[in-house]
Amino acid sequence: MKTIMIIGGLLICTLGFAQEPTAKQILDQIDQNMSSENRVYTSQMIVHAARGSRTMEMKSWTAGDNQSYTEYLAPAREKGTKMLKLEDKLWFYSPSTDRIIQISGHMLRQSVMGSDLSYEDMMEDRKLQDVYDAELKGNEEFQGVDCYVIELTAKVSDVTYHGRKQWIDKSKLIPLKEELYAKGGKLLKRTVLSDVKKIEGRWFPTKIHYKDMLKRGDGTEFIITDIQFDVNIPDHIFTKASLR
Amino acid sequence: MLAIKLAIRNLLGAGLRTWLNVFVLSLSYVMIIYMNGMLDGWNSQAKSDMRVWETGGSQYWHTEYDPFDAFTIEDSHANIPVDFNKGIAAGDFAPVLITTASIFPEGRVQSVLLKGISINQNVVQLPSTSMLGEWDDIPAIIGKRMAEKNKLKKGDLLTIRWRDVDGTFDARDVVITEIFSCNVPSIDAGQVWIPLNTLQEMMQVANEATIIISSSEDDLDILSAEFVYKNFEFLTEEVTKIIQAKSVGTSIFYVILLLLAMLAIFDTQVLSIFRRQREIGTQIALGMTRGQVVRLFTIEGAMHAVLAAGLGAIYGIPLLLSQAKNGIPMPEGTEDFGMAISDTIIPEYSIGLIVGTIIAVLLAATIVSYIPARKISKMKPTDAIRGKVQ
Repeated sequence: MKTIMIIGGLLICTLGFAQEPTAKQILDQIDQNMSSENRVYTSQMIVHAARGSRTMEMKSWTAGDNQSYTEYLAPAREKGTKMLKLEDKLWFYSPSTDRIIQISGHMLRQSVMGSDLSYEDMMEDRKLQDVYDAELKGNEEFQGVDCYVIELTAKVSDVTYHGRKQWIDKSKLIPLKEELYAKGGKLLKRTVLSDVKKIEGRWFPTKIHYKDMLKRGDGTEFIITDIQFDVNIPDHIFTKASLR
Repeated sequence: MLAIKLAIRNLLGAGLRTWLNVFVLSLSYVMIIYMNGMLDGWNSQAKSDMRVWETGGSQYWHTEYDPFDAFTIEDSHANIPVDFNKGIAAGDFAPVLITTASIFPEGRVQSVLLKGISINQNVVQLPSTSMLGEWDDIPAIIGKRMAEKNKLKKGDLLTIRWRDVDGTFDARDVVITEIFSCNVPSIDAGQVWIPLNTLQEMMQVANEATIIISSSEDDLDILSAEFVYKNFEFLTEEVTKIIQAKSVGTSIFYVILLLLAMLAIFDTQVLSIFRRQREIGTQIALGMTRGQVVRLFTIEGAMHAVLAAGLGAIYGIPLLLSQAKNGIPMPEGTEDFGMAISDTIIPEYSIGLIVGTIIAVLLAATIVSYIPARKISKMKPTDAIRGKVQ
């Protein structure tokens, strides 16, 4: 009886692996793998513009999807600049002017420090499955890694990008590449994630390359130099008082 | 009459001193008329060009629309009120839909205003008909400044990225079907014009507009809670203010010139009164009242202005007439001033300007002639005849 149960169990497992997961299941797995209660990380942002590159260093504290605080550490010109995101609001503090300004409305569409990222891109915090219909389009190899290819099409009208296409590492279940499309189908932005490392038991890409496909230049690199998950972040970090 | 005859005889008798004063004063006349004429011509030409290219006779703006506040532009559009439909069909109105967008010339990102205008409109002189026909991409027209700045030419493709009414990005290529040349930078720099119905479709706002240009200057009292009438004076208010500011600036030059001329007349008067004390004493002794003598000297000073008007006319009229005919060429780069300015400005010399200038200079010359002449009334005739310095 016991042998029959083991064989039956093995059969179920084999069938389960043989069947392709749905796009929803893959996205759920990514959420599980990538999300954490909070994280603290230091990073470098290298903006490769047409006239040369600029490197910025920063330290960030994030809690869930809605709270984030970033302080720029270098270069000297940007040192002390701080950004605070609480829910759908974003504040910016510049030490040179000693003023806190709220980035809102059309200002959210501006580039962050001349990079290929807009403030709005940073503000995106809705779950993909809440705003997109996902469909598994097949399998592809990307940079020698077997990937699922998922296409996401907006199911609500108020999204910035109407379509997305993601290449998901089958074994580690993390995205390796994402393309963002305009309503008419034109490719607007491309993100490539690499240098995947196992950190505190989870796979995490530590290098992200953003490229505005309509702009000249080699895009913006975002390199995580140190990251800690689920640490104790004091509540005062996510208040406007921490900006000054 | 006797005073005038005497004044002319004395003035001409003074010779070179008189003619130097008269020449400097005549320069003031010509400069005042020339500079004001140029500003009047610029003002008139700028407003005329704006009417032809941009404003029409008047406009109806969406209540939220503020051309100086980029944040209001994307939200300032509404259904075109039905009252306009008949006028639009008749060609009396041209609705324009405006939104912000980004273009990527040579891989550089640049913010622009994307404007939709009816292809068949003839309210303004924009060559909208050049967008007629079947095109693989969205047909677009741009101004010369925009084309030069972004190194674009007719037939070039340009990627444009915009957001629909819900904020979702979209991007397509536009083909430049025409590059127009006009003197009004506010419809040229940083702007791309495409067909109205295409932009309405792109933004998903069927039959909506931001402004409605009217060929008439009159308020047609169209009842609409969303569109308000803006008259021609309001639409050209900025030009009026700039010209006024320029007028104050240029007036400094001719005020200095006028002051120099007035100083010269004043000095001449003081010297005359000092040197002609015996003459003054004799005139009073022969029966002229002090007032008559003061008047004689005042007229003598003021006659400088009359002679200067004559001398100024001799060389000023041909010079100013030639400029009124051929215009004053503007230097390179004036098209970047940000206001309507043509390559050549045709000055406008109105009768009011000429008569006003003559009266103003005559009045000023009379006043500066009178001030030193007042001293005569305090002179004692006996001392004056003796030539005693008083």
